[in-house]
Amino acid sequence: MSFNEKTIKNIAHLARLRFPEEQEAKFMQDINGILDWVEELKEVDVSQVEPLVSVSPRESAIREDVVTVGGLQAELMANAPESAHGFYVVPKMVE
Amino acid sequence: MVSKLTDLTISDALDLLNKKEISSVELTKAHLAEMERARFLNTYITETPELALKTAEESDKKRASGATIGRLEGIPIANKDLYCTKGVRTTAASKILSHFVPPYESTVTQQLKDAGTVMLGKVNTDQFAMGGSTMTSYFGVTKNPWADETGVYNLVPGGSSGGSAAAVAAGLCMGATGSDTGGSIRQPASFCGITGIKPTYGRCSRYGIVAFASSLDQAGPMARSVKDCALLLREMAGFDAKDSTVADLPVPDYTQALTGDIKGKKIGIPREYRSKDLNPQVAAVWDKGIAYLKDAGAEIIEISMPYTKYALPVYYIVACAEASSNLSRYDGVRYTTRVDGKTLDEMYENTRTDGFGPEVIRRILLGTFVLSAGFYDAYYTRAQKVRRLIYNDFVEAFKSVDAILAPAAPTTALSYEAMKNMSPVDTYLGDVFTTPSSLAGVPSLALPVGLAENGLPVGLQVIGKHFDENTVFQVAQALETAAEFDKKPHYVKG
Amino acid sequence: MTYTIKGKTADWELVIGLEVHCQIISQSKVFSPSSATFGAEQNTHVSFVDAAFPGMLPVVNEKCIEQCVKTGLGLNAKINKYSRFDRKNYFYADLPQGYQISQLYHPIVGEGYIEVTTDDGTRKIGVERLHLEQDAGKSIHDMSPHSSFIDLNRCGVGLMEIVSKPDMHSPAEAGEYLRQLRAIVRALGTCDGNMDEGSMRCDVNVSVRKVGETALRNRVEVKNVNSVRFVMQAIEIEANRQIEIYESGGMIDQETRLFDSVNLETRLMRSKENANDYRYFPDPDLLPVILTDEYIENIRRNLPELPEAKKKRYIETLGLTPYDASVLTVDTETAHYFETAIQGHDAKKVANWIMGDLFGYLNKANLTITESPISAENLGALVGFIGDGTISGKIAKEVFELMIETGKAPDVIIEEKGLKQVSDTGAIEALIADILAQNPDKVAEIKAGKEKLKGWFVGQIMKASQGKVNPALANQLLDKKLAE
Repeated sequence: MSFNEKTIKNIAHLARLRFPEEQEAKFMQDINGILDWVEELKEVDVSQVEPLVSVSPRESAIREDVVTVGGLQAELMANAPESAHGFYVVPKMVE
Repeated sequence: MVSKLTDLTISDALDLLNKKEISSVELTKAHLAEMERARFLNTYITETPELALKTAEESDKKRASGATIGRLEGIPIANKDLYCTKGVRTTAASKILSHFVPPYESTVTQQLKDAGTVMLGKVNTDQFAMGGSTMTSYFGVTKNPWADETGVYNLVPGGSSGGSAAAVAAGLCMGATGSDTGGSIRQPASFCGITGIKPTYGRCSRYGIVAFASSLDQAGPMARSVKDCALLLREMAGFDAKDSTVADLPVPDYTQALTGDIKGKKIGIPREYRSKDLNPQVAAVWDKGIAYLKDAGAEIIEISMPYTKYALPVYYIVACAEASSNLSRYDGVRYTTRVDGKTLDEMYENTRTDGFGPEVIRRILLGTFVLSAGFYDAYYTRAQKVRRLIYNDFVEAFKSVDAILAPAAPTTALSYEAMKNMSPVDTYLGDVFTTPSSLAGVPSLALPVGLAENGLPVGLQVIGKHFDENTVFQVAQALETAAEFDKKPHYVKG
Repeated sequence: MTYTIKGKTADWELVIGLEVHCQIISQSKVFSPSSATFGAEQNTHVSFVDAAFPGMLPVVNEKCIEQCVKTGLGLNAKINKYSRFDRKNYFYADLPQGYQISQLYHPIVGEGYIEVTTDDGTRKIGVERLHLEQDAGKSIHDMSPHSSFIDLNRCGVGLMEIVSKPDMHSPAEAGEYLRQLRAIVRALGTCDGNMDEGSMRCDVNVSVRKVGETALRNRVEVKNVNSVRFVMQAIEIEANRQIEIYESGGMIDQETRLFDSVNLETRLMRSKENANDYRYFPDPDLLPVILTDEYIENIRRNLPELPEAKKKRYIETLGLTPYDASVLTVDTETAHYFETAIQGHDAKKVANWIMGDLFGYLNKANLTITESPISAENLGALVGFIGDGTISGKIAKEVFELMIETGKAPDVIIEEKGLKQVSDTGAIEALIADILAQNPDKVAEIKAGKEKLKGWFVGQIMKASQGKVNPALANQLLDKKLAE
């Protein structure tokens, strides 16, 4: 059981999720099932293998330094659950 | 003249439109009527009938005026609800985006618009494309238009592009966009008896498609024939400056590849796909497919892809890791629904826990875990290394063959009941034949080749080299011709 | 001498490293085409990419790549021809994506160094790396009692994070490193170096160890140290805090603290247990950045003269001391002022005037060199007038004061106030004769051997001439008169 009560609390917090105990237990059981299953990857010898990060054939997709968008405050705020004076509003944050 | 407009293929409909025998408005109305009749299948999350009719009217006017028209002018299609459509709600079949109306259009759907298509609405998918059944959708499951042996519609359409597949199979659109991360186009195509292609990674722009796993997500078309898929993909594909990963390559006219001639083509049959997971009825259709290609003059070569069995676990680690990060943006601040909290963290937790379904949460948890301190190398880095070995399997195979033929899914469509009682890992096994090509980024097309003894369609996939969709289409069309698959789902047969 | 802090039980030395974030000068943001400029109305310089809308994707701005390469070359650093982007995952209201795109595993610039001169001499301070990343937005906490307000204008502006090696051992050295770094990015035009506006921000890593120890002890990261002076203060305060804890038997944890420049203390921000697990992994939306030798060489060829090269030139061809040279090259504006002022004038003397009187005044008046009331040309002219004997050094001080007050050119002031030095020997001789005649007793004393009284006479001459007589000339003529 690499994924225990402590782990799921930590992981859930990292992902900003939180659930009641019984749900937590169910998720823990599911994740452990998946982790047991992926164990079989350990049998592969990868000592000489470079990780594959992307299968895209391209490199260095770059764009010119020009400004083409701006002034979207109204469109942005139209989608926001809470806004004021052109700002997004969130519960008070403490440093 | 075909009896029903909703049975037409895109290529036939284009002929009739061009000959002015039918109008786009007629075609669109026929589909809208069928959509209404088929509401119980729950294929559409959002229907846009007014918009569709308006577009169809304009399209007819355009055609009548003699102006230059799009290559798919007047063709009614559906978009998977993962594609952002300007002014039309885009939910990713989730609660958290259930009210989101994008102020922009995805590149792929924009290109389809530019080609003259008429959007009928947004179709169901598994939530954030995570699943193989549409059962994870916040908007309810889609029913497969193929009924079970007792005549009841209780089968899943597959997923995640299950809404697209069911809508295409039931005649609720002529073609649809899908997206494929680990089999999400090919498995539902197989379950619903239609055709769908996941092109090479980097062939279509991902701009404006709600991301699941960025290194795997690929847009692709779903339709009722190989040719229709070729017609749709030609419009969907191509370079886009707004996506760094899309290839700067010309898009060939795929229809030119549909010569019907595959004499001398070398077709690889991967030994490892004959696994314990493979249903014997599916295996039988695979053998039939091999025989069809052989009869058509192809050379059948048995090949070995030794790392195949590791594709599923690699896929779930890589895809979930990327997803855990991609879905962080749904935080209740800028556009998602929000569930309040006293502090910022509480608001995040309430919003996200309420807004994501269990499968999405499971994958976020798994993905967060495999990237977390102390586990990154053991899981994530190792998975990426094995991913390279799987990639190399394909590179190696394509040194000796032109294309690979394999089953698209290990079974035919399953019932909700059966799926409900499965563990997450058991449901993941449905992707066993599609994840290897996803991880390698190679193109793969699934098409129906026969029926299993239970009367349900079985799809096979034709896998090609990177950016060689032409060969994929060519081989697939030869197979389509030989298989003469003309079986219709129960819903269409009536 | 190495800087140490004397504790109760031992002498302690400091190990310091700096992480400096420099906002890149570019038109648009690093991964989106919205404006990167400062000061617009809230949320108007924001694209859907910046606000992390669904399906939005980053595309790298070529200018930001170029600015990083330029800066890397300015830091004498290795430019990595292969670099890549990684995601740093954490939740914060001003970080819309839920991750910052950065470069952990393959930064665009590798090891380099900055030459730093302090009273202890010149040392090369190692640069570990420079990587490209995106800035976050801004959270405003004082607009409402219950809510924070978010402005994403800054979100996605390109940042260069420049990480030093733990190579510095005194507050002065760290301060000088930061000054030099700022001088370099300003000279290159890659960052405006403005620490007040936050376009350059500094985090300080501090640890202490007993003199003679070789291993490093736990380091503390002090955040929010946003001026050279604060960096030096924060280091001293934090080092003393650590020493006190060690000496009273405590241990220092690897933690993050905030510098409070008002109360002059550092405060715990995040303990080790609460350290973020950022889950860095390669960003699958972005592909590797591949640079060619040709591209790098082309940038190298077009680099402006850097402070270090300038400093060498000041020492070697203008004869300045290394200290003066480094002070005058600390920023482009000072160097420019100096180089304008020395046109046709003695460089060393001009340097003395700038570093002495001018800096003295500017500091007191809290002005920068670009705000100096005395133009570079006028300061040069003033030095010229001393050199050609038009005025004495003493009068020059007076002229300098008037130049500050009025902003007028020195020749105008000298003319208006009649301050021209008297070099008419006859007139001076007459003046001396007059004074000698009025003081026969003192003349007698000198002649009797009381040489010291000569000084008194020179003073009288200067007084009578209102300082306009060249003192050397006065001495010479006095001797001549007395010998008669």
